[in-house]
Amino acid sequence: MIESAPSTSNPLLRLWRNKESRGVIIQIFTMVLVFALLAAIARNVVINLEAVGKQFSFGFLLWPAAYDIGFSPFLEYTNKSSHLRAAVVGLLNTLLVAFWGCILATMVGFVLGIMRLSSNWLVSKISYVYVEFMRNVPILIHILAIYSLVVTLLPPAKQAINVGADSFFLSNRGFYVPSPIFEDGAGFVGIVILISIALVFAFTHWAQRTQDQTGKIYPVLWISIGILIALPGIAFLAMGMPLSWDIPALKGFNFQGGMAIKPEFLALWLALSLYTACFIAEIVRAGILAVSHGQTEAAFALGLRPNRTLQLIIIPQALRVIIPPLCSQYLNLTKNSSLAIAIGYMDITATLGGISLMQTGKEMETMLIVMGVYLVISLLISAFMNWFNHRIKLTER
Amino acid sequence: MSETSASSHHAPGTHPDLPPPVRTTGVVGWVRANLLSSPLNVGLTLLSLWLLWMILPPAIQWLFTEAIWSAQDRKECWAMMDAPRDAACWAFIRGSFELFVYGWYPEPERWRVNLTFILFIAAIVGGLRENIPGKKYWLFFAMAYPFIAAWLLLGGLGLEPVGTNKLGGILLTLVVAVTGIAFSLPLGIALALGRRSNLPALRGVCVIFIEFIRGVPLITLLFVASTMLTYFLPPGSTFDLLMRVLIMVTLFASAYIAEVVRGGLQGLSNGQYEAADSLGLSYWKAHRLVVLPQALKISIPGIVNTFIGSFKDSTLVLIIGMMDILGLGRARLNDPDWLGLAPELYMFIALFFFISCFSMSRYSFSLEKKLQTGHQT
Repeated sequence: MIESAPSTSNPLLRLWRNKESRGVIIQIFTMVLVFALLAAIARNVVINLEAVGKQFSFGFLLWPAAYDIGFSPFLEYTNKSSHLRAAVVGLLNTLLVAFWGCILATMVGFVLGIMRLSSNWLVSKISYVYVEFMRNVPILIHILAIYSLVVTLLPPAKQAINVGADSFFLSNRGFYVPSPIFEDGAGFVGIVILISIALVFAFTHWAQRTQDQTGKIYPVLWISIGILIALPGIAFLAMGMPLSWDIPALKGFNFQGGMAIKPEFLALWLALSLYTACFIAEIVRAGILAVSHGQTEAAFALGLRPNRTLQLIIIPQALRVIIPPLCSQYLNLTKNSSLAIAIGYMDITATLGGISLMQTGKEMETMLIVMGVYLVISLLISAFMNWFNHRIKLTER
Repeated sequence: MSETSASSHHAPGTHPDLPPPVRTTGVVGWVRANLLSSPLNVGLTLLSLWLLWMILPPAIQWLFTEAIWSAQDRKECWAMMDAPRDAACWAFIRGSFELFVYGWYPEPERWRVNLTFILFIAAIVGGLRENIPGKKYWLFFAMAYPFIAAWLLLGGLGLEPVGTNKLGGILLTLVVAVTGIAFSLPLGIALALGRRSNLPALRGVCVIFIEFIRGVPLITLLFVASTMLTYFLPPGSTFDLLMRVLIMVTLFASAYIAEVVRGGLQGLSNGQYEAADSLGLSYWKAHRLVVLPQALKISIPGIVNTFIGSFKDSTLVLIIGMMDILGLGRARLNDPDWLGLAPELYMFIALFFFISCFSMSRYSFSLEKKLQTGHQT
């Protein structure tokens, strides 16, 4: 850099050499550049849309979507429903697979992570090989491979595998399970369940306060489980068991009744969970290793028993390390669920961003909505993560 | 006690050391310590052995011992087995190997692809090896490599031009992945510096860009590239689909790199910035000489992980109809000669990705160890 010459006469050069004014110049330049780019894009979009005779409007959402969605467990949907309804069905399907995916991934991931830390050489190595293989192969290959296994290896509906009790059937049309039918009085049982959950919360809070004040420890977990089972159980019996099952049965070429877990859902769910579980396993392993051994020794020195040590010392500290990356894995799983389109599972990308886009030719509008939906999901998950991080943060003096 | 009688020949204190008990050394000791240390561990070992026994012999049989390596089509393959699908039919992969590697690249021009592959290996080895003579020139070569490769593959300037629609298979996978990797690093570093800058406008633009890209799935960005990017461009201009996809893949990876590098920048102690300032270094000099070398070193594992991620993400281009190794392989499955050989195909492609990604992660691991300078912060 040139030695700054204080006696320069050029005012522009002087502005450039002053740190603060240079910052202002750079920022003005950046903003002009960004807005010029945006304006150019907007202008091009207007001209290009006019050239092909399209209008920018979201009115198409109310047009009938003339396509079928094979899997809509929550909403009534026919091919006469609107594109908006198709989008909502897609969004619900995305959330459904993401929710169950996160649960299975967490369970498998924790098991794999703990296996990896096992003192048993064989167990640890099995976990290592599995994790390394699964996570170094793209998720799309997992999805396609599991889907092709499900579709080609499972028998057709006529020779479905009877998994158990003549009511669970596995075939290449999907996994058929009994579906519950709620009768009169089921609503009351539902209310009792909500009340007992509220009771458990109140009890936990009370037990915590009592422990803080008197040091007396109640078996919170067992009492909570007791409340959760006993109260709804009594209500269920008192109302005369208002629940029966619709059992699937083979009629003609396919099953009637019950609930069908479609092969697309099954393949996507398994692939997403098993793939994400490998990353979770590494996170769990790192989190447990991050708790220094001195903590365990200190707890033992205080006279805590091993399971209390685990519960009060190790798990809380490990969770502080585990939770933030775990949340971003949940986010990854949700975003990866958009690959559903490769096997025809109708999530939001496949309905609105796929077929609706092709049918209406509204690329801009559909893609804006799809991206907006994913952005909102991402922001919600990261907001939760920040809140949680703040809650469990080490309170330092 | 027999030992006492045996040791009586030695003067006190001169007894030679006895070997450790057989039960604690060698294979026996290892097995006792690592497999049978407690009743629970004995159970786990038995369970694991049972699991391996259920999985490994049939897998080895299917993969190797009973697999068919040469045949004209699947009928011939299956005729050689006890029952169809009893073992792998690798003849399928062998028969399609050239297609899988080169795509539809014209036969007489394939030497260019081979040369690109060779130069690729040279650029990687030259760029990464520490003690190689002329290290500086190797680095220049590695930086120029993407442009040399583009010229070799697409032609022009004296070479026969080849359309981008002729690229396919492993070649296309590598083109997408290497472009994403090569260009996302500088862009990502720039974004990270922008996000750390104390100029609010610059920082705001970078934050919005990074968070937007990280908030949406890559597949939606690829849809944007394939369906609506043409609307953003001046009317009448056409833009090759591959080019649009490459831009999107690069932007996507750069947002993730930016976050990794930001982590590295934050991991640096404030004293480093202050020391650079007190030496009178300008912003760029301070970053080039003091901050970035240290920050990048801390972020190597994260950067390589992002590279692995973008290598794996390159498969997503099949969803917008491009024929990378996965797309081409799936198209090949519809060939009546090879109908229904999906397990073989996915096994082969999975192996290709596993070898590439696993070696990348091993390399990052060894680099991390080598760069460890002892003082950990």
